[in-house]
Amino acid sequence: MLRLTVNGRVHEVDAAPGATLLDVLRNDLALSGPKYGCGLGECGACTVLVDGVAARACVIPAGGVVDREVTTLEGLGSRDAPHPVQQAFVDEQAAQCGYCLNGMIMTTAALLARRPRPSDREVREALSHNLCRCGTHVEILRAVRRAARLMTPPSDAQR
Amino acid sequence: MTVIEKSSLIGRRIAKLDAPEKASGQTRYVHDLDLPGQLHGSILRSARVHARIRRIDVSKARALPGVHAVLTAADVPYQRPLGVGKDQLPLKGDKVRSRRDEVAAVAAETVEIAEAALALIEVEYEDLPVLTDPSKALEPGAPVIHGENLAPPSPHDSLKPGEPGDAEAHRHNVAMTFDYAQGDVAAGEAESDVVVDDWFRLHYVTHCCMGVSGVIAEFDRSGNLTLHSNTQVPFLHKREFAEILGMDPGRIRIIQPPIGGGFGSKLDIYPFEPIAVFLAKATGRPVKLVFSREEEFVASPTRQPVLLRLRSGAKRDGTLTFRVCETLHDNGAYTSWGATTPFVMMQTISSLYRVPHCSYHTTAVYTNNPYAGSFRGYGNLQATFAVEQQMDELAEKLGIDPLEMRLRNAQEPGEVTPQGMHFRTCGLRQCLTTAAEASGYREKHRAALAAQKAPGHRKRGVGMASMLHVGGGAKIYPSDGCGTILKIDDFAHVTLMTGASEIGQGSETVLAQLVCEELGIPLDAVTVVNNDTDITPWDVGVHASRTTFIGGNSAIGAARKAKAKILAAAAKVAGVAEAELELRAGHIVRAASGEALMSLAKLLRSLHFSDKAELVMTTHYYEPPSRHQDKAFKGDVSAAYAWATQVVEVEVDTDTGVVRLVKVTGAHDVGRVLNRLGIEGQIEGGIVMGQGYAVTEDLIVEDGVVRNPGFRDYKLVTAPEIPEMDIHFIETMDGEGPQGAKGVGEAPAICMAAATANAICNATGVRIRDLPFTPEKVYRALHAAAAPAKAP
Repeated sequence: MLRLTVNGRVHEVDAAPGATLLDVLRNDLALSGPKYGCGLGECGACTVLVDGVAARACVIPAGGVVDREVTTLEGLGSRDAPHPVQQAFVDEQAAQCGYCLNGMIMTTAALLARRPRPSDREVREALSHNLCRCGTHVEILRAVRRAARLMTPPSDAQR
Repeated sequence: MTVIEKSSLIGRRIAKLDAPEKASGQTRYVHDLDLPGQLHGSILRSARVHARIRRIDVSKARALPGVHAVLTAADVPYQRPLGVGKDQLPLKGDKVRSRRDEVAAVAAETVEIAEAALALIEVEYEDLPVLTDPSKALEPGAPVIHGENLAPPSPHDSLKPGEPGDAEAHRHNVAMTFDYAQGDVAAGEAESDVVVDDWFRLHYVTHCCMGVSGVIAEFDRSGNLTLHSNTQVPFLHKREFAEILGMDPGRIRIIQPPIGGGFGSKLDIYPFEPIAVFLAKATGRPVKLVFSREEEFVASPTRQPVLLRLRSGAKRDGTLTFRVCETLHDNGAYTSWGATTPFVMMQTISSLYRVPHCSYHTTAVYTNNPYAGSFRGYGNLQATFAVEQQMDELAEKLGIDPLEMRLRNAQEPGEVTPQGMHFRTCGLRQCLTTAAEASGYREKHRAALAAQKAPGHRKRGVGMASMLHVGGGAKIYPSDGCGTILKIDDFAHVTLMTGASEIGQGSETVLAQLVCEELGIPLDAVTVVNNDTDITPWDVGVHASRTTFIGGNSAIGAARKAKAKILAAAAKVAGVAEAELELRAGHIVRAASGEALMSLAKLLRSLHFSDKAELVMTTHYYEPPSRHQDKAFKGDVSAAYAWATQVVEVEVDTDTGVVRLVKVTGAHDVGRVLNRLGIEGQIEGGIVMGQGYAVTEDLIVEDGVVRNPGFRDYKLVTAPEIPEMDIHFIETMDGEGPQGAKGVGEAPAICMAAATANAICNATGVRIRDLPFTPEKVYRALHAAAAPAKAP
């Protein structure tokens, strides 16, 4: 039995040995925000926050996050009460098929938590290992800038 | 008196209706669906490139606890050939022809058990001689890929599969041939002052949909089959499944969950889907079959690789005289849509610019390589790569500015080309001048030429390319239409049931917008149902950039019928002539003053709850006024044609061969912008896909084996490489288009490789005719001097 804290709730999970965090989130906790894209940590579709840091759930053993706070896309915000990053992605049309969106949004949330006003270069660097086949990058980059403004208005940033 | 002003949704920036659920993780893709009692399917693929199957022993796999079924071809005697060429069975029995070939399949309680079972299956192969070089496919003594008299389709027959074909051609590895001619090429060559003649080599790339292939098959208690499928062609799929399974099509229902990327990859039927059905039938349980990423790289289709020779000529003043194009298409082991890309390629060869004399020939051959499907742009990236490089070459030889060269030969509105395409609207000239002016093309081109020999290893250059693509559907099937059912409830909420599929491109939102525009209702008063063949009317599928045009016209047709009914009823109630009424913001208003006379909901209720008890429900089927090509490939196949010019600015590091895209300026004739946010996304996304084709992506296939089946070694473009983009819309207001719009889905990807090649040449003086422009290839080209690519 593993005790996992996911989206602020404690779960007891009877995970198979060797099960990845992604398997447990999707199969045991019915959280389908994180996606399977490659299983090798190469595409970013499975990204979650572990103690606020972006991490690839498909290559993390579920046992590796005991005593840590895991946040998934569902925990970030909901359809009716979206996190500013989620809202910015909607407003800037940063979704076509939407499959990469989980990873893009979670990576952005982690970035803005540590760098509230990132430079364009820092944003691109942070997203450099998240794949999007629809080529929505222009909209995604715009959404990150919008989210940064929403979360840290210019007046706050100057303080 | 309440006055409601006229307003319009057309051209506005409207976020996709499905974006909030996607951004919050609520969207349920096929990977996220689980049905009660569901088993997991998995496929054993061939360990050999070309071999006879001597023996398969599945006894150990069957004995593994948790395994419910293990199937080989011997267990499914009823299976029938599938796909465009009808040249393969889902499960291969006697012979494998490529590494993706399906040899056996398992259904088990978990994915892990299914995979463990696959490892227990013993297959004994007898290797056969391997053919992986398409240029050797027609040599005497070449290994024969298909010897067993399956019907080889001619291009026309491929659309009516199942006809017996020429088995002789098959034995010689020819899968298809295409021949087209206009004018007199010899006469054209005789009047040419310059001629260029080059080979171009177009490589393998693959779709890399972020959501891997997957399906769930289930039979209900009455024996009806439901497929949760990512297909882009649900109604064609339904029919083909019925053929393959020997079922009544009426007992097959296809539900399309949201899809993690399509791009043409889901246009054909592939073996894994019928195999999931066989497993469901064998076990009596729903079976879910989802690929791994490696499997996706190995066993999903590729873009068509092409070896292409093009000869073009021009007069001293720049007027084009002739073009001769010959291609060798590597079909791979089976015939899917890739082999039919000449339909599109020859249009670019014959009609992107005015060319009086032209001939086109393709031979598509079988090899033991992966097989190519359709992929956004459908052969047009390949053809444009050759045509647009030669436009620059001819201009250079003639000492004419490349823009001038193109303007001199540009198609004009009203033109009917020798191939029979009628360009009722044509913004090519505006696309050329707009893209050139916005990018500073002339000045930058001249400056880069002058700086080619200057010191320094970072060279800048600009390149231009234009494209022509169908923008009003493509009449390939007996019908190119789309049906709509529209119902308005007692609260003036519309349910729009459309055959047109949403694959992420935003069709749901645009169709809703078009209906709202007609009915004067807000966007949140529309629900779009577009994913269930039991409910939605027929549509030919998401391909050929057709959905906004065809589905849009269909939706508008249904909405106009509803509007007529509503206004007729309102005229009676209000005692005002119909012509004086309009629908705005959920109300019936006087057109002249905007005075609100009654709410739409109230009118609808008064119709419903009356002696006549009438509901407002309409249907419409839109068939575009295009024509099938004749046997000579001539005909006006699309109701509208899309145009674009893109200018790419590159920086080439001559020390490393690294090509960086600095800026892309695009001018697109889109007819009319319907949803600005949506169309920007389509165009910018297509540019990124075209950039990957040009610069980073390369599916390495050696001896029939994919050597880089993962994202570590197959490089997609990511955020740091995204160039600055400046997109301009040319609104030619197409008379047949919905609100004047034309199709745009494929257009933006088409020019990129050609424009990048021209930009590299402008920067360095070296022309590369071989994709992709990886650092190694560019470095070799720059430093081994500019030897022209040789034909093998």
